[in-house]
Amino acid sequence: MPQILMPALSPTMEEGKLAKWLVKVGDSVKSGDVLAEIETDKATMEVESVDEGVVKELLVAEGTEGVKVNTPIALILADGESAGAAPVAQTAPEPAEAPLVPAEKAAEAAPSAAAVPAAPKFEAQNDPDLPEGVEMVEMTVRQALNEAMAEELRRDKDVFIMGEEVAEYQGAYKITQGLLQEFGPERVIDTPITEHGFAGLAVGAAFAGLKPVVEFMTWNFGMQAIDQIINSAAKQLYMSGGQVTAPMVFRGPNGAAARVAAQHSQDFSAWYSHVPGLTVIAPYSAADAKGLLKAAIRSPNPVIFLENEILYGSTGLVPKVDDFVLPIGKARIARKGADVTIVSFSMGMRYATQATEKLVAAGVDVELIDLRTLRPLDSDTVIESVKKTGRLVTVEEGWPQGGIGAELSARVMEQAFDYLDAPVLRVTGKDVPMPYAANLEKLALPNVGEVVQAVKTVCYK
Amino acid sequence: MARKATATKAQTQPNVPQFSNEQDLEAFREMLLIRRFEEKAGQMYGMGLIGGFCHLYIGQEAVVTGITMASEKGKDAQITGYRDHGHMLVMGLDPKGVMAELTGRQGGLSKGKGGSMHMFSNEHKFYGGNGIVGAQVSLGAGLAFAAKYRGDGSVSLAYFGDGAANQGQVYETFNMAKLWKLPVVFIIENNKYAMGTSIERAAATTDFSMRGASFDIPGEQVDGMDVRMVYDAAQRAIEHARSGKGPFILEMLTYRYRGHSMSDPAKYRSKDEVTKYRQERDPIEQVRARLLENGVVTEDDIKKIETEIRAIVTEAADFATNDPEPDASELWTDITIEA
Ligand SMILES: Cc1ncc(C[n+]2csc(CCOP(=O)(O)OP(=O)(O)O)c2C)c(N)n1
Ligand SMILES: [Mg+2]
Repeated sequence: MPQILMPALSPTMEEGKLAKWLVKVGDSVKSGDVLAEIETDKATMEVESVDEGVVKELLVAEGTEGVKVNTPIALILADGESAGAAPVAQTAPEPAEAPLVPAEKAAEAAPSAAAVPAAPKFEAQNDPDLPEGVEMVEMTVRQALNEAMAEELRRDKDVFIMGEEVAEYQGAYKITQGLLQEFGPERVIDTPITEHGFAGLAVGAAFAGLKPVVEFMTWNFGMQAIDQIINSAAKQLYMSGGQVTAPMVFRGPNGAAARVAAQHSQDFSAWYSHVPGLTVIAPYSAADAKGLLKAAIRSPNPVIFLENEILYGSTGLVPKVDDFVLPIGKARIARKGADVTIVSFSMGMRYATQATEKLVAAGVDVELIDLRTLRPLDSDTVIESVKKTGRLVTVEEGWPQGGIGAELSARVMEQAFDYLDAPVLRVTGKDVPMPYAANLEKLALPNVGEVVQAVKTVCYK
Repeated sequence: MARKATATKAQTQPNVPQFSNEQDLEAFREMLLIRRFEEKAGQMYGMGLIGGFCHLYIGQEAVVTGITMASEKGKDAQITGYRDHGHMLVMGLDPKGVMAELTGRQGGLSKGKGGSMHMFSNEHKFYGGNGIVGAQVSLGAGLAFAAKYRGDGSVSLAYFGDGAANQGQVYETFNMAKLWKLPVVFIIENNKYAMGTSIERAAATTDFSMRGASFDIPGEQVDGMDVRMVYDAAQRAIEHARSGKGPFILEMLTYRYRGHSMSDPAKYRSKDEVTKYRQERDPIEQVRARLLENGVVTEDDIKKIETEIRAIVTEAADFATNDPEPDASELWTDITIEA
């Protein structure tokens, strides 16, 4: 015999008031007929019958408060059922006996540590071995990025580039120079100033199998599109149970530029590194810029590729091989050392490198690590280094709270606490919006002196 | 199927509205101040005294001048993007404070912390000075919301570019502005280019005065090189907003003579196009010619005005060059208010 149960009006409702019965014993009801009204402190709802039959009994009196969800409140005698077939007392359990939540569910609600499977560990590959005597070509980061895109556009017809001023203007910072001429306007596409719109459009195109490279004129303007990046691109694979992917790259200059003030000068590294589903890359050298951008374009995941305007013109040696692709998720040890570990990435590496030169000259044997990828973060390389040196200084341009340095510091504390000879120190941008005035801007940014000082502090010198 | 256009598109008045001699003189002075100020700023940028981005208003002077002349100074709020120096000058802000902000000195309107793109004045109801393309549109509607909420009878004047007109938040704002009858005038400064992108390459429809059509917001296309036309249209639009009828869109057909910012490859348009505007449509030359033609002033009078304006600009430049940088302690001030 069908029971009518006290329904839940919301996922958090545990009990409610049976405000009013709209049927009485003996009434015939059809599905859809309103049987009763129930109330909580938040809402009122009508309880409809889903069965046909005759009301056999009302188990809870009108006006009763605190009726638990799932408690039987009435019995309906289905058509053809005889009233005597099932005595009420046997079929309707006492309300008090009905468990509010089934036992299994209760366990779910309060998970024990053991119930959560361990997160799988990301295993990064090593950089490919370069052929003996390979020619190294000096080029700017700008050229390296440009070559990476040109090569991937040549290699894969599904790759296309879109963004503001990327085509006819040749890129606001000339990173896409010449691409329109070689690949044409179907594959190198100027957009209106519509970041949220074209980022979303590109994510949709990626769902459908294309491989968009979206250029944000700067990442400051990418903030207009951050919803599509995080809510659509980053979560799609998970939300679809692994069916729909967003193989794409969002790229552009990130971090402080020169004298462009608060809205145009900020570092989003920590922001994007926070988000599962994204891959975040922030290269420093020209070779890494090339090898990692190629890897990013080939990645089946949405990749945030953080460039730096000030580094665009800096030069480095890039191996001249047919297809120079670097592994995502692998830090690079820029200098081996035994006394102290400095970890940085992107523009921070410039301060860290210069500080390292000074410190080495002063007799401090620095190990310098360039993270290159921020998610997945190569903790192993950092932890191994810290186990050796016992000291860690992190360097980044972004704000201190919740930054990359803060994350590294936590991981080192969790995984190498016993090896530490000094507290981890962070050198970061100051905790202020970027000022315009030349003197204040200088103060707001990290500098070589601060890195040297932090290293001396952790070395107790 | 016949489709009724919901927005009325008024044609620019065939008979040019006339200015009184006083109005012509006022417009001439204001526009000349902007022109000379901007030329000086360009020069100082070249000398390394101004850094970062610096967007000059040269060529567009009639827009902000005509609008401001039609507004109630000190009562109506104004807000724009990063091409903002002219707005402040016409609204009566001290040229010294504007120039010192460009050089990042303590006497700048934002104490040197904001720079060219970020200047504000509560007193003059100028709300910037906004670097993110399109942001000022919804902010401007917010100023109008406050005006209506308080019933203070003021109007908000929100300026944005032809490029900004393609941002999504513009249309979200149009909808709310009409829905809630906000006293706001949207002024689209159509200078034909957004950086290096012409309107034809970025906009599916290039008549920006009709962009409010689906929200039933009336719009008008105006010759933004003729300060009288700007003034006349602004008067009607502001009156419309002030009287409780809701938003109005003014598309100002204008032109910028200089590059988008200081570094600009200028390959996206022809030199001829720029020359043509300068020679045939210049907003300041139009007024100068009229003043002389009507015998309001003599060449000597004009020279005198020019000398006065130059003196103001020179004084501003000197101040902005010699004023000290902000004190280092300013790094940590103005972030949040200690409650
Ligand atoms: C959200 C955002 N995207 C991109 C930019 C970079 N940007 C600054 S100005 C500009 C062009 C704007 O053109 P328009 O709106 O026509 O104004 P104009 O410069 O012509 O006055 C662009 C793309 C920005 N500041 N903000
Ligand atoms: Mg424009």
